[in-house]
Amino acid sequence: MRISEHPILDLKRSSPVKFTFDGTEISAFDNETIAVALHAAGIRTLSHSVNKHRPRGLYCAIGNCSSCVMIVDGEANVKTCITLVQDGMVVESQKGKGNLQ
Amino acid sequence: MINIDLLVVGAGPAGLSAAIKAGNAGASVLVLERSHQLGGQLVKQTHMFFGSEKQYATHRGFEISDILLAELDKMENVTIQPHATVLAAYDDGIWTAEIEGQYQKIKPSAVVVATGASEKSLLFPGNDLPGIYGAGAVQTLMNQYGVKPANRVVMLGAGNIGLIVSYQLMQAGVEVIAVVEGSPTIGGYLVHASKLRRMGVPIFTSHTIKNAKGANTNGLESVTLWKLDENWQGISGSEFTYHVDALCIAVGLSPLSELLWQIGCKMTFSAPMGGYIPYRDKYMRTSQKGIYIAGDVGGVEEASSAMVSGQLAGISAAEYLGFEMPNMAAMKQDCLNQLASLRQGPKGAHIRAGIRQAEVSFE
Ligand SMILES: Cc1cc2nc3c(=O)[nH]c(=O)nc-3n(C[C@H](O)[C@H](O)[C@H](O)COP(=O)(O)OP(=O)(O)OC[C@H]3O[C@@H](n4cnc5c(N)ncnc54)[C@H](O)[C@@H]3O)c2cc1C
Ligand code: FES
Repeated sequence: MRISEHPILDLKRSSPVKFTFDGTEISAFDNETIAVALHAAGIRTLSHSVNKHRPRGLYCAIGNCSSCVMIVDGEANVKTCITLVQDGMVVESQKGKGNLQ
Repeated sequence: MINIDLLVVGAGPAGLSAAIKAGNAGASVLVLERSHQLGGQLVKQTHMFFGSEKQYATHRGFEISDILLAELDKMENVTIQPHATVLAAYDDGIWTAEIEGQYQKIKPSAVVVATGASEKSLLFPGNDLPGIYGAGAVQTLMNQYGVKPANRVVMLGAGNIGLIVSYQLMQAGVEVIAVVEGSPTIGGYLVHASKLRRMGVPIFTSHTIKNAKGANTNGLESVTLWKLDENWQGISGSEFTYHVDALCIAVGLSPLSELLWQIGCKMTFSAPMGGYIPYRDKYMRTSQKGIYIAGDVGGVEEASSAMVSGQLAGISAAEYLGFEMPNMAAMKQDCLNQLASLRQGPKGAHIRAGIRQAEVSFE
């Protein structure tokens, strides 16, 4: 959920964009990362552990822990917490270690 | 191949301060930052900083980063590049980076590593459920992007970060159910703790988490806490459970020192400084000639000392590169004095111990 009023911050939203997550269309703003946009839409399971397929979400949000990797426009292992959304982007859940193609 | 006098890795307060000083001395400087946003941890700090006026105390964190960036904006010999992750350093002095999706080689004559630190996790059943965040991650969600991270949260850790982020969560409209601290005393400043207590948030000392539970799709649904005895063992029968959709972990940070290991800097383990830290001389040089450190990567402290150690590293690197400024010796001494004053008093004792362990002379 996006915060509309904050006692300190002046929250500026930039241009609206749309992308898909596992086929579902999601609305976002182009200064948001993929992980942030998914959170705002109530989706917080981002990746799955390689062996036991346990759901994983955002942990560090600054590109350190790899808990947020997904397939973005066909590329596997993209850290979605430091990758900005773009209009028309195709984001998919990743199972396993990912392929290089 | 990019040829440059000084490469700065990381655009947090430490890296930016180093770039300002080396740039002032006349060096050509390239700052690489993996995020799309410059300023490091500062951009998500909405509270007034402690410290002295020299380190911009009384400003909010994100305002400090704007001040540093405005100063750099005027310098033609300094380039700051976001979307740029430094990947590796090779024996022939060549560094590699992914800059806006392109693989690039860089040949710097000196380097300041200012990569900061990463949040630690904690071992307990269910600790990988979605909805369990590092405290910095919820700050990023709410303060940087204006997204509410959850509705009901338990905070683990009553150091300054745990206390400040709890307060910021309430400002964002999140209900903070409790703050839980393993040690018998609150680690952070009492002003922060009192503020929370006045707002009705209980702080449980000598308590920790026993386990976290949740469904496969939605992640975290509840946490069970319990009391610790004098040996930090959970006391059975003391358990209680909260239904929450988030748990924040604020149990400290660990220096991001991978690049330093890779180039062969000599390292030492310091628990009070958060993990492995590089040996360094007084002026921030590591055991490798021409390689300097600044900020939390040298041992976890705070933004004020990160800025001063950054300035010191920038001056030292410029001096090593042969650039001169009229009052270099006095500037270095001023940095040393500021660092000593920031680290004084009982709250700085662990930092002084860490520095004593890691500070050496390479001559
Ligand atoms: C909740 C909270 C509250 C705080 N409150 C205060 C306070 O009141 N007062 C105070 O003085 N301090 C405070 N601090 C601490 C302060 O924010 C940090 O100590 C300070 O930001 C450290 O600066 P730094 O430049 O060393 O690292 P960082 O700010 O972490 O910056 C490091 C940068 O390097 C980048 N990076 C890392 N690896 C690479 C790579 N391989 N390639 C390219 N870039 C890379 C990172 O993306 C990051 O931007 C607080 C911290 C937190 C989390
Ligand atoms: S959440 Fe840690 S790398 Fe993205």
